[in-house]
Amino acid sequence: MDNRAVITGMGVVSPNGIGLDRFLSAIKNGVSGIKHQQNLSDLKFSCQIAGLPDVSTELAAQYFTPLELRNFNSSGILYGVIAGIDAWHDAGLPLNETDEPFWDYGMVFGAGTSGIDRFREAIYTIDKLEIRRLGSTVVAQTMNSGVSAYLSGKIGLGNQISTNSSACCTGTESLLTAFERIKSGQATVVLAGATSDSGPYIWGGFDGMKVCTYKHNETPAKGSRPMSATASGFVPGSGAGAFVVESLTHAKTRGAKIYAEILGGHANSGGQRGAGTMTAPNSTAVQRCISKALENAQVQANEIDAINGHLTATAMDALEISNWTIALNRKGDDFPYINALKGMTGHCLTASGSIECVASVLQIHHDFLFPNVNCEDLNPAITALIDAEKIPQKMKSIKINTLIKASFGFGDVNACIILKKYTS
Amino acid sequence: MSNEEIIHKLKPIITTYAPASAALENLNEESDFIKDLNINSANLVDIILDVEEAFGITIDNTSMEKMLTVKASIEVIKEKLSEK
Repeated sequence: MDNRAVITGMGVVSPNGIGLDRFLSAIKNGVSGIKHQQNLSDLKFSCQIAGLPDVSTELAAQYFTPLELRNFNSSGILYGVIAGIDAWHDAGLPLNETDEPFWDYGMVFGAGTSGIDRFREAIYTIDKLEIRRLGSTVVAQTMNSGVSAYLSGKIGLGNQISTNSSACCTGTESLLTAFERIKSGQATVVLAGATSDSGPYIWGGFDGMKVCTYKHNETPAKGSRPMSATASGFVPGSGAGAFVVESLTHAKTRGAKIYAEILGGHANSGGQRGAGTMTAPNSTAVQRCISKALENAQVQANEIDAINGHLTATAMDALEISNWTIALNRKGDDFPYINALKGMTGHCLTASGSIECVASVLQIHHDFLFPNVNCEDLNPAITALIDAEKIPQKMKSIKINTLIKASFGFGDVNACIILKKYTS
Repeated sequence: MSNEEIIHKLKPIITTYAPASAALENLNEESDFIKDLNINSANLVDIILDVEEAFGITIDNTSMEKMLTVKASIEVIKEKLSEK
């Protein structure tokens, strides 16, 4: 028999709040984590604003030993380890103090790059013909699975340890993969999540593509405008989100608190066929991903109370809404509530799906919808499809039973997951 | 430089990489970096880089391979210092 999978712990390092309590308060109040970044300005970026989590040296020292922090320069590993360890503690699970690994506890933690700043330092060192002075820390910090390697070692995990990577789908995909491993009985606990490096060397490629806004360098908190008529490109961000995903039986046996149940989901690709390209989505695939997720979760479209969109604040937002209306066959005042976190955090790239899933689960657990910010001037192409009241701009207290979350990424990839309030 | 002086200069370097232990407290010529001091073998190269900096010497690959104990390290350091 298939196992049911529940979420029993979470951790988050978001531009607008580190730790569940701060993050919950920030999203309820529509607090922006987007600020002007002097280094981007100095480097002549078009977009000089970004969502950057404010991790102090003191906070880092609570998660890493002084030796680990020597020559440490990997923001993605820093964020991922904080979020992952927080999730583990939040679930009430222990760090392994024995010599026997936790054989049934594993990990799928995504990343797009690792330690890009450390990698840059290493490249300069090598090119200065000083490779013999490189030291031992470059590989662990720059291998893509660095975040999983650090985290699994700190906890003592003994099941499969992997790092997934699927552009901006990564975070949602990791949660879906964790669900599948629990469902099939290959693990009883999986630490899922995703992280993203921060800084000019990760964001530069997007600035070069001119997909980030250059219109809000003086008004950073207004810069990320999902679903707005004046959306002018995304604002880059970074951070991490993490989940303890656990079989329902295991969670009940140890009396764990349960935030939500994962009912199912789907991941697919548009194959870069039709309208799909490296950077643009194939809508047929997006709609299919949503339909297949419903089918996999055995949920009817009319049961969906809320959508957490991908909604990056580009011209693609209206297309995304159109895809939701077609896939769910719901529009106008029949459309579910929808919100977009990126208005407050910017687009946290590989980590976006994880941070947004943390927000989604908090909404289910605490009975509210966080406000959509910066869309007081809703895009008329969107209001032609769905009622404006379905896009709440103030925090709304409401019981959410079933929520659907999707993420879309470069390479024409999609991931969709369905979360449900747990009642015993 | 005497053996004692070298050990005195080595101790803070080694302390960075070795977990706290009685063996570290009683660091002496016979101490083995991995067996006695529980140093992660990946960190031996970092110790060597720190030694190079602290003593103003350059240690070649062949000498590096020998530096598994305090005693062997002292010999290499002395040799390199004499070549300066």
